[in-house]
Amino acid sequence: MRFQSLRHAATLALVAALAANPAFARTISVKAGTPDANEKLQEALILAEPGDIVELGAGVWKLTDGLSLDVNNVTVRGAGTKDGEGSILDFSGQQGAGEGLLVTSDDVFLTNFAVLNTRGDGIKSKGADRIVYHQIRVEWTAGPKATNGAYGVYPVESTDVLIDSVYVRGASDAGIYVGQSKNIIVRESIATENVAGIEIENSFDADVHDNIATKNTGGILVFDLPNLPQQGGHNVRVFENVVNDNSTPNFAPKGNIVASVPTGTGVLIMANRNVEIFDNVFDQNGTANVMIVGYRYDQKDAKYQPLPKGIVVRGNQHGKAGYAPAFAGGDQIAAAMGGSIPPVLWDGAGDAIVLDKVGVLSLNLPDVKTPQSDAKPSPADLSKGTPPAALPGITLPESMEAKVR
Amino acid sequence: MNRFAVALLAALLCTSGASALSDLRPDQAVIDGTAMPPKLSAFGLFRPGTSEPLPVLLPYSLHTPLFSDYAEKHRAVWMPEGKNAPIGRDGIPGFPVGTVIVKSFGWPDWNGGRPVETRLLIRREAGWVALPYIWDADGKDASLAIAGRRVPVTFKSPDGTSHSINYAVPNKNQCKECHSLKGEIVPIGPKANNLVFTPAPGRPASSRFFSYPAMRIAPMPKWDDPKSGSLQDRARAYLAVNCSHCHNPEGSASNSGLFLRWTDPIDVNYGIGKRPTAAGRGSGGMDFAIAPGDPDHSFLIYRLESLDPGIAMPELGRSTVHREGADLLRQWIAAMPKDAH
Repeated sequence: MRFQSLRHAATLALVAALAANPAFARTISVKAGTPDANEKLQEALILAEPGDIVELGAGVWKLTDGLSLDVNNVTVRGAGTKDGEGSILDFSGQQGAGEGLLVTSDDVFLTNFAVLNTRGDGIKSKGADRIVYHQIRVEWTAGPKATNGAYGVYPVESTDVLIDSVYVRGASDAGIYVGQSKNIIVRESIATENVAGIEIENSFDADVHDNIATKNTGGILVFDLPNLPQQGGHNVRVFENVVNDNSTPNFAPKGNIVASVPTGTGVLIMANRNVEIFDNVFDQNGTANVMIVGYRYDQKDAKYQPLPKGIVVRGNQHGKAGYAPAFAGGDQIAAAMGGSIPPVLWDGAGDAIVLDKVGVLSLNLPDVKTPQSDAKPSPADLSKGTPPAALPGITLPESMEAKVR
Repeated sequence: MNRFAVALLAALLCTSGASALSDLRPDQAVIDGTAMPPKLSAFGLFRPGTSEPLPVLLPYSLHTPLFSDYAEKHRAVWMPEGKNAPIGRDGIPGFPVGTVIVKSFGWPDWNGGRPVETRLLIRREAGWVALPYIWDADGKDASLAIAGRRVPVTFKSPDGTSHSINYAVPNKNQCKECHSLKGEIVPIGPKANNLVFTPAPGRPASSRFFSYPAMRIAPMPKWDDPKSGSLQDRARAYLAVNCSHCHNPEGSASNSGLFLRWTDPIDVNYGIGKRPTAAGRGSGGMDFAIAPGDPDHSFLIYRLESLDPGIAMPELGRSTVHREGADLLRQWIAAMPKDAH
């Protein structure tokens, strides 16, 4: 009887829940390790009602199919992210779906569990406003491999996004990726051994701070791409992060935009407007600590703005950089400059202000049409202009901050 | 009338012969209610104890259907007495509350051709509801599988290849991933330009359920019938039916910027010279979704021909490669002039 009730804990909890007053938040507990764990967990995620908590039992969940959540204001809470004690969702045997967990509803709180070895993306949330990712681990446990999934945590087309205390390792595109979203905070997270550690793409109003981006190909990327529903990325602050030793050889499938990121990139800004990079600690980024470039691929999108504009770099600490520039001709430039290039690299298109007391190398490509082979590298002084007014910090709805306190 | 009484009545009617069968009606109260009945028979849509839709339902097929692991699909629709669906100028029927769209999936050479699953799309007061049912072993009724399930099946595809797959019955959320427009569930298949009705004795006329506007709505071609349309139009029909339920500006793949509706222009956002956005491994190391004249370097083809969950498109509902469909798209891309973008 006792065994029976444990096995069907989810079902029983649901039955009890259906009889309960819907005004009270209920906790639906689901146990790991049962033969039908995948189905029971998915059932709980479907039958949850707004306000409910779906509690993942401790242990290893062997999942064969992607999970999804489409109910507003649900918390998915595990027992922790560590092997041996936490709630570990293992997708090594995944047979279907483009991600491990897909969230398509608003006000969802994901906390205290791990997602391992998904075939595609780890956790994706689409059109999921006010989503909170907190104390989540997404990892491809064999480390950097081209066969790993693309994104670790992947909020897209959402307003108000909080990523707090998340750990991602091994993504073959970006560990923490926020796309086509608005009002975003990524903080106190660790991205390691991904192609891109943290990437903010085609997004408006983002703060990326107090993170560690280490041993990726590129640490933190702020990108804008053409031919997408939301473009014109702007107002992004990257501050107080540790961005070091981003030395993992690029393992992204060719063709993807991040496959063009040179190994050894700290922060890379491409085709965005009003981006501030300040008070970060940079070290051991072999190509550059900060790189500012235009989008140089052929494109015919009349609405697209391919240049970086209003970029401000100030107050950063620069350790060793530029000693292994991994772009075409980089080694020759480094040799000509005494073994390494300056820590800040600009392709020469658009505009940027660099107030850090370090050298800037410009490739002197006046626009994005000029081929890179026409580069005429020379030191540049970008300290002269007047910086645009400082961007305000991002404030998220109190309901989101309350969840992580 | 309660469910027991309906069942009893149905049983009584059955014993009195074929004419009684034609008197059976679906249980409109269950259809219109808010419950998710654990048994499919609760809706009274089928001849009791069978997977055969009642004669009052209208069977239909599609010029170009969505590929689902070579499953044969039996589709039928029901609307309440006295109600029908006016077809709008855009070809989309305005289904009344109380509509049920019934779709059963099976293979002629598997389990005696009996269906594996039946999906219901029900138009209730609050909107559409999608419910997946898996048929019981005895084939007499089907059980709600709200969280989906994998069912091992074996069958032969048209070229004679034998397939043994873990066929995925979708869960309720996955139903919505495809049937989603602006976050709400909508039907995909039954649009005027794709609907086919074959009149049959004992079945209602299509005019009982659908009323057409005065203007003629041009049909989509049949993807596999060269007489029905040009290579390009058949490829477009295939993409519209198999991809555009997600790949449209209000669908599940809106963020991709790849839009494949029947009405979309053939340009960058249709995949021509479009670089991968969030394709990850799906790019297969290629630069473009469609490289004109070069299907082998078009990752749209690569994704259609893959079974790896991190690569395969569509993301759901496919455990086999639709060889014939991929070949059609290959021919279409190969026929494009190489400098088309």
